[in-house]
Amino acid sequence: MSAFQASSPWRKTAAFLARFGLTGRALIIAVPMIWLLVFFLVPFLVVMKISVAEPMIARPPYSPLFVQGPDGWSIKATIGNYAYLWEDSLYINAYWSSIKIAFFSTVLALLIGYPMSYYIARSPEPKRSLLLLLIVLPFWTSFLLRVYAWIGILKTKGVLNAMLMKIGLINEPLIIMQTDVAVYIGIVYTYLPFMILPLYANLVKLDDSLLEASADLGAGPISTFFRITIPLSMPGIVAGSMLVFIPAIGEFVIPALLGGPDTLMIGKVLWTEFFSNRDWPVASAVAIAMLILLVIPIMLLRLAQSKGADT
Amino acid sequence: MAEPSLAADAKPWNNSAATPFIRIKNITKKFGEFAAVDDITLDIYKGELFCLLGGSGCGKSTLLRMLAGFEAPTSGSIEIDGQDVAKIAAFDRPTNMMFQSYALFPHMSVEKNIAYGLLREGVPKGEAMDRVADMLRLVKLQDFAKRKPHQLSGGQQQRVALARSLIKQPKLLLLDEPLGALDKKLREETQFELIQIQETLGVTFIVVTHDQEEAMTLSTRIGVMKDGKIVQVGEPPQIYEDPNSKYVADFIGSVNMFEGTVDVAVPDTLRIKSPEAGIDLLVEPIAGLKANQDVSVAIRPERIAVTRHKPEGVANIVEGEVEEVAYLGNISILRVKLASGKILKVTKSNLLHDEEPIKWDEKVFLSWSNAAGIVLTT
Repeated sequence: MSAFQASSPWRKTAAFLARFGLTGRALIIAVPMIWLLVFFLVPFLVVMKISVAEPMIARPPYSPLFVQGPDGWSIKATIGNYAYLWEDSLYINAYWSSIKIAFFSTVLALLIGYPMSYYIARSPEPKRSLLLLLIVLPFWTSFLLRVYAWIGILKTKGVLNAMLMKIGLINEPLIIMQTDVAVYIGIVYTYLPFMILPLYANLVKLDDSLLEASADLGAGPISTFFRITIPLSMPGIVAGSMLVFIPAIGEFVIPALLGGPDTLMIGKVLWTEFFSNRDWPVASAVAIAMLILLVIPIMLLRLAQSKGADT
Repeated sequence: MAEPSLAADAKPWNNSAATPFIRIKNITKKFGEFAAVDDITLDIYKGELFCLLGGSGCGKSTLLRMLAGFEAPTSGSIEIDGQDVAKIAAFDRPTNMMFQSYALFPHMSVEKNIAYGLLREGVPKGEAMDRVADMLRLVKLQDFAKRKPHQLSGGQQQRVALARSLIKQPKLLLLDEPLGALDKKLREETQFELIQIQETLGVTFIVVTHDQEEAMTLSTRIGVMKDGKIVQVGEPPQIYEDPNSKYVADFIGSVNMFEGTVDVAVPDTLRIKSPEAGIDLLVEPIAGLKANQDVSVAIRPERIAVTRHKPEGVANIVEGEVEEVAYLGNISILRVKLASGKILKVTKSNLLHDEEPIKWDEKVFLSWSNAAGIVLTT
């Protein structure tokens, strides 16, 4: 180690870079920063730019932001696309419906995922690893294939109906495919691991002696669960819910494959605007509006959490 | 509040007519094939501060957890205040526990942590908060009611844990290594606070500890545990002065042990041949020894006198050379090598200011009376 430190070329380079504020620490932070800049901020700005343009038959199919007129360069932007989103009830309904579906899917995933995470976290070691492996195992198959598999299960003459009819629970097949129910099933199934993993990571750290202390002080198992386990696993609940809610709201594949014509989700609307209508500016406005819609509640939540942590 | 009854003064364990408050009968706890607690029978009296003392893995914590209701015994029964608690779940038992890790609820303030037990019991909030305020005064934490546990020092957390376990005025308070995480000075202070609180409230305490000094300071009686069994129960002086086995003698305090065989007893004294000592050891006679029986003689370091000149009229005198001197201020600890190669540990009080200290390699005489040696057969 001393050889490394003492070798003058390294030191000289480090000293040289430090003059421009490039210390080792700054370089380490720079990597993710550059990543975010290139793959998030720049595309975001591009989409933002398209959202204030006007559609036109051209390549690309929208008007440029900077226009060279007789008086030199000028900026040509419109909020017409956003106004259009507000005027046409389709978009409002689609947003609303997306939020509703994402919300109820998240609640369902939480209700199913919490007991599973709890059970895994409380299992003894060799069994615990096996269960965790089973949770992530579906990821080894393509997501698209798994959603297609659900069509086979849920369709009128599918596996589920055949089974239910065979055991005599129903006389005629249930119509599940192409309804919101199928979309809920698809979303909850797909995103359940994202709920379970952060919850597991949180619950596995839960100190047994806290539960014993609660019992010792006279709290029954149910009271202990709601007063100790749930509050202490709140970070896991929030993280898991975010990981389900955020992708679910913009979900396109699941409503497209499992949902019917009545299933209105913003992802599908976006797809239609972009590929069928070739209205890139409106599609971009839909995307930006959705982002704002999501970012504001998340920021409020973070604010509330950090305040909660202080007191 | 119940009338404090000081078991320390009454010593009910010496009175065969007294009713024990806790009766542990033939209790065994097995984890698989391993018996963590092996057929323990023990009576503990009201108002006692009983210490379960033993090394790690001796089963003391398991016994405590069975009293609290966190572990079910494999066999045997536990009675608390005349009631068999086998079928009573932890949350219904008249016991409270102070955990080794304190187990304070990290998401609750000090106040709420302490009030938790009362509120679960259905005590109205106003009354509960008044009692919490009283309890906070008792443990001197009035100013910290609104803090979260992680904002407190180790000593403060320990007092919150104590307050939380005392607030329901349990019949029995179980303490698992209560002072383990504190530094020496804080520990000594807290030991006396603990005794004071115990005497004020008259609650029965059972303390688990591996620290023999802590056990000696705190307890009315000590139960020394080894391999899931209780090897000796007694008041601290009794355990120290009259250990019933080599294990106890060695575990409590430090001791010099001579191996030897019983020689024919001369009137009033017992003579034990010990090649290790280089002399025949003279001790006070005890009943039940046969000639040529193998025994050990334990002698506490402070019972041995160190002198430069051969003393007169002392039962046991050996000669040795000082190997090492450790000066601790109030006392010095000397390691003296005998002719047989055996090293004896001797403590010497530094009583005089200008005494010329005994130095390394000096030849000295070690002597002790026949009352100093404890004869042990097991």
